[in-house]
Amino acid sequence: MDETVKNTKPQKRLKPSSDAFKQVREAKIGLIRKLIAKARIKSPWLLHFDCGSCNGCDIETLACLTPVYDIERFGIINVGNPKHADILLVTGTVNHRNKKVLKKLYDQMPDPKVVVAIGACALSGGIFRECDNVVGGVDRVIPVDVFVPGCPGKPEAIIDGVILGLQKFVQKQKGAKDGD
Amino acid sequence: MMLLYNILIIIAVLLLTPIAVGLILGIDRKITAKCQSRKGPPLLQPFFDLFKLFGKEHVITNRWQYFCTYIYLVSAQLAIVLLFLGADLLLIFFVQASCAVFLVIGAMAVPSPYSQIGAHRELLQVLTYEPLLILIIIGIYMTTGSFMVDAVFAVNRPLLYDLPLMIVVLGYVLTIKLRKSPFDIASSHHAHQEIVRGVHTEFAGGNFGIVELAHWYEIGLALCLCMLFWATSIWGALAVLAIAFFLEILVDNISARMTWSWMLFHVWLVGFTLAAINLIWLYMR
Ligand code: SF4
Repeated sequence: MDETVKNTKPQKRLKPSSDAFKQVREAKIGLIRKLIAKARIKSPWLLHFDCGSCNGCDIETLACLTPVYDIERFGIINVGNPKHADILLVTGTVNHRNKKVLKKLYDQMPDPKVVVAIGACALSGGIFRECDNVVGGVDRVIPVDVFVPGCPGKPEAIIDGVILGLQKFVQKQKGAKDGD
Repeated sequence: MMLLYNILIIIAVLLLTPIAVGLILGIDRKITAKCQSRKGPPLLQPFFDLFKLFGKEHVITNRWQYFCTYIYLVSAQLAIVLLFLGADLLLIFFVQASCAVFLVIGAMAVPSPYSQIGAHRELLQVLTYEPLLILIIIGIYMTTGSFMVDAVFAVNRPLLYDLPLMIVVLGYVLTIKLRKSPFDIASSHHAHQEIVRGVHTEFAGGNFGIVELAHWYEIGLALCLCMLFWATSIWGALAVLAIAFFLEILVDNISARMTWSWMLFHVWLVGFTLAAINLIWLYMR
């Protein structure tokens, strides 16, 4: 009798070790995680690195910033600073000179981050592939998440590539959660 | 009872300031985009940016950066809380000066030349607007007879009638504080206008989020100072706020960034002259 009465009493304060407390805490953490995940998709800041491109791809990339394409409507901002960037856009082939710079820029970006390689050159080395000093595509130096083909890649394709990169954020987050 | 009331005010100010300032900045970005015939980001974009930054890795180059960003945040919060508690304007002034300085120290704590140059420019900005802010506070003192914020509410006549030129001077201070053109010397409020980010260059990830949040509190303080000029009615205060902010956006969109020497010369020349005329007029009355 006493036991049942005790159990039905409403608990005023949850004990840190109790399951209910853990559930509440999990729910709170889950909510914050969801909020941040949503914000991450809504606010990707780009860093554009010209890794030895013929400038064709660069012109198309910068065209996205013009009022015609207006990428700011997706919350996208082109920042010049790797320390503030979420997405690294790389155009052009990698050569032995600039591979260190590329690696350094990638390392300076705080996690989570996504790399989008733009144009035939960034994919495989393109028409410069056979050159002496060329290492090849961007994926030889840093992990690439999205490849945007074309010579040069169209602004529409580049915007699509960035949006695809945002979905990678979600996947990466899921992967991280499963790994916990 | 008084204590409870004060605690409630503190909590409300700490919670509502970021919400209000975030919305104002969202409107700012919308209007700016419309001026450039773009669609622009959603209204809540500043909040997305902030939450995203909080979710990022905390990367610091030097442990002092941590210390400086937190002091920056706390003193920015303290300054606006003091304003709402009706404290001494001079005290508020010194607290907000210390918060500006801690941002500079944080940027100076790292050897990066970009950050160093940004820090020097930020110092020049602080040097430009702080004397003007003091003159504005002296103007308020000459009108109300006290340095306390409460005294502004005690006189039932808007400060604007006695300090018409001071609000123009405050407009200069606001432009510098909001990091808008032509005074976005240390770092622009629009990230895409920058090659690197001046004084913000070395703040990254979650740490940069804290710097952003602290800056929101600073903007909140500057906007509240504007509203103080029509403290007698809430609608008057809101009208002053709206007009001031609209003019800020307009100036931002029609001007380009100038050099620090131009800023120092121009702002001091115009600011000191206007402030002096206003103060002399108050004295002669
Ligand atoms: S893919 Fe074509 S346009 Fe782009 S950098 Fe290479 S050669 Fe130039």
